[in-house]
Amino acid sequence: MLKNRMTKLAALVALGTLGLAGCSSGTPVQPAGGGNSAPGGGQSETGNGALACPGGELVGSGSSAQKSALQTMIKAYTDQCEGTKIEYSSPGSGDGIKAFIAKQVDWAGTDSALKTKPAEGQDASEMEQAAERCDAPAWNLPMVVGPVAFAYNLDGITDLNLDAEVLAEIFKGEITKWNDPAIAALNEGVDLPDLAISVFFRSKESGTTENMTKYLQAASDGAWTEDPSKAWKGKVGEGKAETADVADAVNNTAGGLSYMEWGAALERNLGIAKLAGTELNSQSVGEAIDGAEIVGTDGDLSLELKYDGLPETAYPAVMVTYEAVCSGGQDAAKTALLKDFLGYFASAEGQGQLEAIGYAPLPESMIKQVEDSIAAIK
Amino acid sequence: MSDTDTSPSSRGTTVTEDPTSTPTEAGEGNDRVGLVRTTDPTPRPSVLAGAGLGRGPDLGFLASSVASSALIVLVVVFVGVFLLWLAVPALAANHANFLLSNDWNMDPAQLSFGILGLLWTTVITSVIAMVIAVPIAIGIALLISQYVRPRVGRAIGFVVDLLAAVPSVIFGLWGITTFAPALRPVSAFLSTYLGWIPLFSPALPVPDGSAFTAGIVLAMMILPIVTAISRDVFAQTPREEVEAALALGATKWETIRLAVLPYGRSGVIAAAMLGLGRALGETIAVMIILSKPAGGPIDVSVFAGGETFASTIAANSGEFDHPLKTGAFIAAGLVLFIVTFVVNAAARVIAERGKAKA
Repeated sequence: MLKNRMTKLAALVALGTLGLAGCSSGTPVQPAGGGNSAPGGGQSETGNGALACPGGELVGSGSSAQKSALQTMIKAYTDQCEGTKIEYSSPGSGDGIKAFIAKQVDWAGTDSALKTKPAEGQDASEMEQAAERCDAPAWNLPMVVGPVAFAYNLDGITDLNLDAEVLAEIFKGEITKWNDPAIAALNEGVDLPDLAISVFFRSKESGTTENMTKYLQAASDGAWTEDPSKAWKGKVGEGKAETADVADAVNNTAGGLSYMEWGAALERNLGIAKLAGTELNSQSVGEAIDGAEIVGTDGDLSLELKYDGLPETAYPAVMVTYEAVCSGGQDAAKTALLKDFLGYFASAEGQGQLEAIGYAPLPESMIKQVEDSIAAIK
Repeated sequence: MSDTDTSPSSRGTTVTEDPTSTPTEAGEGNDRVGLVRTTDPTPRPSVLAGAGLGRGPDLGFLASSVASSALIVLVVVFVGVFLLWLAVPALAANHANFLLSNDWNMDPAQLSFGILGLLWTTVITSVIAMVIAVPIAIGIALLISQYVRPRVGRAIGFVVDLLAAVPSVIFGLWGITTFAPALRPVSAFLSTYLGWIPLFSPALPVPDGSAFTAGIVLAMMILPIVTAISRDVFAQTPREEVEAALALGATKWETIRLAVLPYGRSGVIAAAMLGLGRALGETIAVMIILSKPAGGPIDVSVFAGGETFASTIAANSGEFDHPLKTGAFIAAGLVLFIVTFVVNAAARVIAERGKAKA
C-alpha cells in the first residue's frame, strides 16, 4: 500500500522535473551563433555594417585571465554574425600555446608573448615552433589589457594607498600587520586596524603572477629581488588555485590581501588599493600602455611594458594579454573569419565592451597598429 | 574455537564451506563451527577441471572471463609503466632528494623537487578523516544493525548513503565558503589550549584553508563508504553467536563487544581501508579547500595549509609545458599510486586473514 503510494509520488516528482527541464531559458551554454551551425551565414539585419561575417568555425585556447573578455567578445560577434561558431577554452597560457603549436587550435590566448628563447632542454623557442606550425611567422597581437588590481578586505576602509616597495615587503613577510608604520606612512589620516595581513597568491602557475612580479621587480627599488615568474616566489601567503578562489578567499577573510584581475575584484566589490596615489581606472591604465615599447618585428606587436618612470597619472601594474596567431599559411576561410573576428575585437566598439567587465580598452594608438597587423595577415 | 582448515592439503577431509564466499549467512547448512567434519575421499579438484569444459559456450565463457581479468591486470600494469616512463627522466634530473626534501623548483635547468611536504599533508588529512569518520561510521552501523527496527535502520542508511551522492566539488565549495568560517572558533579553541603540542600550534592567522578543515570535510566524504560496508558486515553476524551471548546473560553492549565486533573486525578494517583509499586520492574538494603554503620548512601543524599529491597534480595540470616538469608531477603521482596500492593490499591481507581465522 505504502509502496504504491511511494511509487506514485516518485513518478509525479520525475514528471515534474522533466516538465521544468523543458522550460529552459534557451540561452546557449557555448557562445555559438544562434544555434545555426551552417557555414557561410550572412549578416543579420541589426548587425554592424562593417563586419564581413564570413561565417565558419574557430577554436582558441589559453589564458584564463582573458576568459571573460573573450566570452563577451565571442558572444557579441556571434550575435551579429549568425552561422559563426567560435569557441575559447581556458586551461592556462601554457596549455594554450602547446595546443596552438600542435595545430589543435586556431589561435592561443596568452599572458605573455611567445618566447623567443628556447626553454632549457628544448632546441626551438616558442616563436620558432609556432612559425613551423604556421609555415609563416607567428604574431602576438595585444588585445586585452587586464590591469592587476591589489584587492584587500578591511572593514570600513575605502581608500588604501600602497606602493611597490611596501607590497614587496608584505609579500616577503617583513610587514605582517596592517597598522605597520610603512603602510601608515602612505595612508595618513586612515585608521588602520591591528590585524594580521592574510596574503593570498595563485598556487597554479599564472601569467598574472608573472606580470605582477615584473611590476614589483621594476618599481620596488630593489625590495623585490626574485625574478618574475609564473610561480609564486614570495615568502608568505596562502595559495589558491584560480583567480576566483583567490578573490573569494580575500572576500571571506578579514585582513586579506591579494593581486588579481580587475574584473574579479569588481565582481565581489573588494577594495582596490591605489598604487603610489594613482587610482585604477581605464584612463590611468591607458596612460601606462602608452608608455610601452613594441619589441616585435613586422606585424608582431609584442610589447615591453614600463613599470617604472611612468607619469604619476599612470597605473603601473598592468598586464597585456595577446592572441598568438599565424600570419599566413592557413586555410582561407578560417583566415577570413579570424581576421573579421579579431578586427571586431580590436575595434573601438569591441574594446568598449570590455570596460564593463574589468578590462581596460587598448589606447587609440595601439588599436591602429593592431588593425594594421590584422589587415596584413594573409 | 572454530578451526576450519580450508587448505587443499588437508588430507582427504573437507569441511563443507565455500572458501570464496563472504562471511556466510547463518543457517544455510554450512557448518562453520567446524566441530563436525564430513569425510570426503575425493581430492580437491584442480582449478580448471570440473569446470565442465568441453562444450563451445563453456569454453567461450571461460575465454572471455580470462580475457577480462587479463585486461584489468594489463591496464594496471600499463598505468604503472606509463607513470614510470614519464617520471624516470625527471627523477634522474632531480637535484634534490625526492623523498626527503620539500623543494619544488620547476626550472628545467635546476630541477629540484621533493615530496615530503605533499606526503605529510596527504597523510595528515587522511588520518584526521579516518580518526573522525571510522568511529562514527561504526557507531552508525551498530545502531542500524543492532539497535533500531529494520525500517528505521533502512531510513538512516538511506540518509547516510545520500551523503555519498554529493559530488566532491560541492563538498569543496561548501567547505571553503560555509564550513570553514564556521570552524574558526573550534580551530581557535584548539590552538589556544592545545597549542603547546606542535601538531596543534597556531599556523595560519585565519585557518580556513588548513589541513584541519580539509580533514573534517574528507571525513564527511568517506563516512558513507565505511558505514555501508560496516553495516553489511555487522548484519551478517551469525544469529547463533549473538543468541549464545544473550543466553549467557550478556547485556546489549556486551553482546556487541563479544559477538558482533570480533566477528566483524576484518570487515570493518577492510571498510576503513577503502575509506582511507578514497581520502588519499580525493582531488577536487581538497584542491578547493587547502591553501598552498608559500614554501620553506614544513609546518607540522594541522592548522597550516598544504597540498596533497592529487590536488597539486590537478591544480598544475594546465601548465605542463616541459617534459621534465610533467615528469616531476607524474613522479609525485607515482608515489600516490604506490601508497594507495600498499594500503589496498594491506586491506586485502587483513581481510583475508580475518576471514580465515573467524
